[in-house]
Amino acid sequence: MGRTLAEKVWEQHVVRRAEGEPDLLFIDLHLIHEVTSPQAFDGLRMAGRKVRRPDLTIATEDHNVPTVLGPISDPVSKTQVETLRKNAAEFGVRLHPMGDAGQGVVHIIGPQFGLTQPGMTIVCGDSHTSTHGAFGGIAFGIGTSEVEHVLATQTLPAYRPKTMAIEVSGELPVGVTAKDLILAIIAKIGTGGGQGYIVEYRGEAVRKLSMEGRMTVCNMSIEAGARAGMIAPDETTFAYLKGRKHAPTGADWDTAVEYWKTLKTDDDAVFDKVVEIDASVLTPFVTWGTNPGQGLPLGAAVPDPAEMADATERAAAERALEYMGLTAGTPLSEIEVDTVFVGSCTNGRIEDLRAAAEILRGRQVKTRTLIVPGSMLVKLEAEKEGLDKVFEAAGAEWRQAGCSMCLGMNPDTLQPGERSASTSNRNFEGRQGKGGRTHLVSPQVAAATAVTGRLTAPADLAVTA
Amino acid sequence: MDAFTTHTGTAVPLRRSNVDTDQIIPAVWLKQVSRTGFEKGLFSAWREDPSFVLNNPVYDGATILLAGPDFGTGSSREHAVWAIQQYGFRVVIAARFGDIFRNNSTKMGLLPVILDAKIVEELQAAVEADPTTQITVDLTEREVRLGQDAWSFEIDDYTRWRLLEGLDDIGLTLRHADDIATYENGRQPWLPTTV
Ligand code: SF4
Repeated sequence: MGRTLAEKVWEQHVVRRAEGEPDLLFIDLHLIHEVTSPQAFDGLRMAGRKVRRPDLTIATEDHNVPTVLGPISDPVSKTQVETLRKNAAEFGVRLHPMGDAGQGVVHIIGPQFGLTQPGMTIVCGDSHTSTHGAFGGIAFGIGTSEVEHVLATQTLPAYRPKTMAIEVSGELPVGVTAKDLILAIIAKIGTGGGQGYIVEYRGEAVRKLSMEGRMTVCNMSIEAGARAGMIAPDETTFAYLKGRKHAPTGADWDTAVEYWKTLKTDDDAVFDKVVEIDASVLTPFVTWGTNPGQGLPLGAAVPDPAEMADATERAAAERALEYMGLTAGTPLSEIEVDTVFVGSCTNGRIEDLRAAAEILRGRQVKTRTLIVPGSMLVKLEAEKEGLDKVFEAAGAEWRQAGCSMCLGMNPDTLQPGERSASTSNRNFEGRQGKGGRTHLVSPQVAAATAVTGRLTAPADLAVTA
Repeated sequence: MDAFTTHTGTAVPLRRSNVDTDQIIPAVWLKQVSRTGFEKGLFSAWREDPSFVLNNPVYDGATILLAGPDFGTGSSREHAVWAIQQYGFRVVIAARFGDIFRNNSTKMGLLPVILDAKIVEELQAAVEADPTTQITVDLTEREVRLGQDAWSFEIDDYTRWRLLEGLDDIGLTLRHADDIATYENGRQPWLPTTV
């Protein structure tokens, strides 16, 4: 019987297999940031251990960094960043600190450097490590104990998750993005739908996505509960990688591509579960609740919990509406927001900024609008294209790279009761600041919303503007 | 890590589904660089509400958390596990867990027990009716017991053994350092390095 892509990559990395034990898996790349690593380095120090493969490890500062120029004012954030610097120096790990041209959100910089390649195993103490699966590797988030384990051994003991295929047929209509697709998938299978699975996204609509779009989709696999998401590499993948700093060159490139081409699910392979979705009927999607599964097409209205058959779902929806300050039946397109955030490892790449700029060009924003590039390289690229000027002319704020309002560990937060349209990945209670209310959207919807001050699809802007 | 064999204690019913790790410990608490003191951050946003279940003194001293389905979804922050443990819990029982949270728990010796949603609700109801109800979680027998009732739960043999013995994963893996070295020698030379 044939094998799935996930099985191929997994098997390639088994260091040791023994009856009744998890596989010991080799890790090709370990990404580090300041929040989930200090206790892991401490553990190493206490046990007198070294980092086994500093040459397969890379660190960046992202979660705590301010997105306005200047030092970190919060002393606790500052300590955390300084601790990472100290640890990176002591253990010989390459670090991209604030202000460095290579600094940025951990999941943006890996692919940009060409460090993320097909068929690799990649981990990070961050659940959105699933992003890197867009290149056809197995990439997943781990906790701090596991960070310490990888630092010490460059391996992880793990059971192979089951495999799920999400078959996306048809083509995404014009104006409907990768973000809308993944929000629709999560709404369909639920926040627990992917638990215990590695998801492979397949089908025509997925093949047509750019690498940026594929990363957006894989990024939010965790929001469907899946440990990892992946997409088989193809010409789009190879074209993205070619010429990047850490991509193979010369004869190595040809050998690598030859191998990468074998990284696809065999025709006769069997998935443990298959989910089908038709891309051609999708429209821009937004969330109305406090988990990413609580989403609907922007043309719909806030749902009525009373109409929900499942008691747990009903209770969750009631709580969510209360927290979000919404009334059942209100058209989603009438919801007014105070803040628009474009950024994060979901939608902070150059393509996302171009899409937002396109909409904001020649228009004015009505709300506080933060545009935060995912990395310094994205920032430079955007500035070279003049996107910063477009944003500033529209009245939006152009910021330094970082996680920013995605989780509000830096000063970019919502005040209690404030509402945002955000291109990030989590609409959890308080995620963007205590009492803050988050609607997850695509960069296009975020930009259109900034113009009208209420949740808006770009298509409607053409008529109303 | 402390070994876990069997534990008997009182429980707190947390009747909410999809309790993500941002709720268990909000991001502001993640800035610490030590491994202690996280109990103060446990459910900190919700604890400001006097009617939140953890604020009800009848549940003081409880060591078992009876949670709704999809507990611990979202962020990979192990701080969520530390907060729950440092607050005094030794077991979390739920119908479904976020994968990473569940993994993190077993690394730290916090036992995540999966029981059918109906059973969790029964247990919650029993505890609400009488907060002094003692529940036993027996890892040796893979069983949860309340009075005459017993429900078995699943956990893989290896994780169970590790928890029963209180063994540190890194030490176990380092016994296979030779296998790791052999694997490393066979890796493709064109694979990227960060240097
Ligand atoms: S951008 Fe958001 S989701 Fe991504 S790594 Fe930063 S905090 Fe996590």
